[in-house]
Amino acid sequence: MRRRALLALIAAVSVSSGAAAQDTVKIGLILPMTGQQASTGKQIDAAVKLYQALNGTTVAGKKVEVILKDDTSVPDVTKRLAQELIVNDKVAFLAGFGITPSALATAPIATQAKVPEIVMAAGTSSITEASPYVVRTSFTLAQSAVPMADWAVKNGIKKVVTLVSDYGPGIDAEKSFSDEFKAKGGTIIENLRVPMRSPDFSPVLQKAADAKADALFVFVPSGAGAQFVKQFVERGLDKSGMKLIATGDVTDDDQLNGMGDVMVGVINAHNYSAAHDSAVNKAFVSAFRKANGGLRPNFMAVGGYDGMHLIYEALKKTNGSTDGAKLLEAMKGMAWESPRGPISIDPETRDIVQNIYVRKVQKVDGELYNVEFETIPNVKDPVKAAKKK
Amino acid sequence: MWVGQALARRARWRWAEIVFWLAAFAALFLPAGRHLILNEIAILALFALSLDLILGYAGIISLGHAAFLGLGAYAAGLLAKHVTDDPTVGLALATVAAASLGFATSFLVLRGSDLTRLMVTLGVAMLLGELANALPDLTGGADGLQGVTMGPLLGLFEFDLYGRVAYAYSLTTLFVLMLVARAVVYSPFGLSLMAIRRNRLRASALGVPVHKRLIAVYTLAAAFAGAAGALLAQTTAFVSLDFFEFHRSADVLLVLIIGGAGWLYGGILGAVLYEALQDALAAVTPEYWQFWIGLFLVAFVMLGRERLTGGMRGLLARFGR
Repeated sequence: MRRRALLALIAAVSVSSGAAAQDTVKIGLILPMTGQQASTGKQIDAAVKLYQALNGTTVAGKKVEVILKDDTSVPDVTKRLAQELIVNDKVAFLAGFGITPSALATAPIATQAKVPEIVMAAGTSSITEASPYVVRTSFTLAQSAVPMADWAVKNGIKKVVTLVSDYGPGIDAEKSFSDEFKAKGGTIIENLRVPMRSPDFSPVLQKAADAKADALFVFVPSGAGAQFVKQFVERGLDKSGMKLIATGDVTDDDQLNGMGDVMVGVINAHNYSAAHDSAVNKAFVSAFRKANGGLRPNFMAVGGYDGMHLIYEALKKTNGSTDGAKLLEAMKGMAWESPRGPISIDPETRDIVQNIYVRKVQKVDGELYNVEFETIPNVKDPVKAAKKK
Repeated sequence: MWVGQALARRARWRWAEIVFWLAAFAALFLPAGRHLILNEIAILALFALSLDLILGYAGIISLGHAAFLGLGAYAAGLLAKHVTDDPTVGLALATVAAASLGFATSFLVLRGSDLTRLMVTLGVAMLLGELANALPDLTGGADGLQGVTMGPLLGLFEFDLYGRVAYAYSLTTLFVLMLVARAVVYSPFGLSLMAIRRNRLRASALGVPVHKRLIAVYTLAAAFAGAAGALLAQTTAFVSLDFFEFHRSADVLLVLIIGGAGWLYGGILGAVLYEALQDALAAVTPEYWQFWIGLFLVAFVMLGRERLTGGMRGLLARFGR
């Protein structure tokens, strides 16, 4: 016992790194690299690496070093890693955060250590309220759901059934879609929820079919989308005259092409499509694919890419100073053109302001893409906007 | 008389044990930096010790031990959020809450075969997880319980960013509960448990009240797991649905298998090895460390488990003489 314990202790001590050099800025990137959310981690990690490959690793005379940690989407591990990164590695930024509980668990650490927490993925509205040091470069679900509701009303859809996964983001999507849709004069026939873990859609699809709605609004996390649409088509609902509308998670670029032709025609609203028509995006997509064996970037990748841009630009503004409060000031209100289009950081909420696009899944050059056909400019997080009123 | 002497001899403190605890407490004075992981190890060790009480000593196999961890965590978290932020009160409440649940569900594990028990324990954990998910107003649902702030330990020591106070707190709890576990397993009660594990029918023929003993030890183990949950919730100031997840129950079983079930230090040894390995591998390769862990576990179980834990026990026995 003694020998083992001592060995473990010696190993533990020797693993911890030496003192940080003054001219290096470290970024602690905490992502789910394994487990169910691994695709999120892979996309963001690839985007962060790409950003550094394209823009160099030196900014404001300092070397930027990214330390990647895998939290396997377990929130208390995320928190412990964040603490270790601050205490041992003296990181100037915490970044990443695949799921909402991970981002929320870390928020008190960011506050306590006065270190900016850049949320690159997690999408529940309340995250930015958990600490004055949280800045988000991904999106909130309400940001996609509310424009989807507006679009539905404008296009003659009057009665809708909603179907969401039963967890934080799903409930956010359900609530913000329903509230907006009702406020604009539409009718919600029913709010249906499916369990997160084993989503069997057949009973709820039957209910939706019986309800004779004009459209079915769907949010399921990226990955479950294919299964859902398959069952939707199997039951012949695509020919029932009921439209399928969704948030862009359902038609995630990472998996869309593999989901098959059943996806063609799905209308959805989201912040990023790999098919977004701009020079910046074309360069981003081709560089990303080249660096990652043809992998297509999705909205997670663009969140990571923009997060790095935010960090770099903030460092430029502070002239390399890593004082947390100064960095936060530098980030607030910052605006730039991202691969997804023009974006900015809301100085009041520290949440992202971005265009939301209404898209339709179509075949382009033999591959399935979300093709944008309508733009709703400069959407702020509707949940926080509603609170202020 | 003879049994009493034998028990007294077994219960004697061995040198290796004393050295281990001295080293563990001495680690408090290490330079800052590794206390967070040490804290996690101490909590995992306590959780594994709890499982060892029912699996290693009483032969009850469980795939849902996280039920008690989660309940303890939510009890401690909710108390801190709504009533008092005193950690020790939370620890006590969590222990009692988990013990009550353990007592209530112990009647389920008395029946049936090992397979039934696997299913029942798994079911209880899933049930609680789903319950916590269905009560978002109380538990915060899938976002996790927000707004848990802990007061200073004993009114004196604030939980620091470096995890030193957290480690001291968890280690002390582990030590105290280890004393309790020692007292239990080195008693006639503990002997009767081992008799039950070896041959239930024969034990009851000898007059051991099998059901009562199993209920008692299951309740005790649940209390330990609840305490582990409270420590986890309090030292991270956060509780999420993840605490009820299957992987927690599976991990702790794995830890116990690595360290060896049926001796009190199996859980601790397993927790140290498992966490150190995981930490080191994940630092080297964040994408593929689970592959190496898997490979290690297969190799370990095929080749070396008996050798390693057997060797450790032999070492203990030698030091004991």
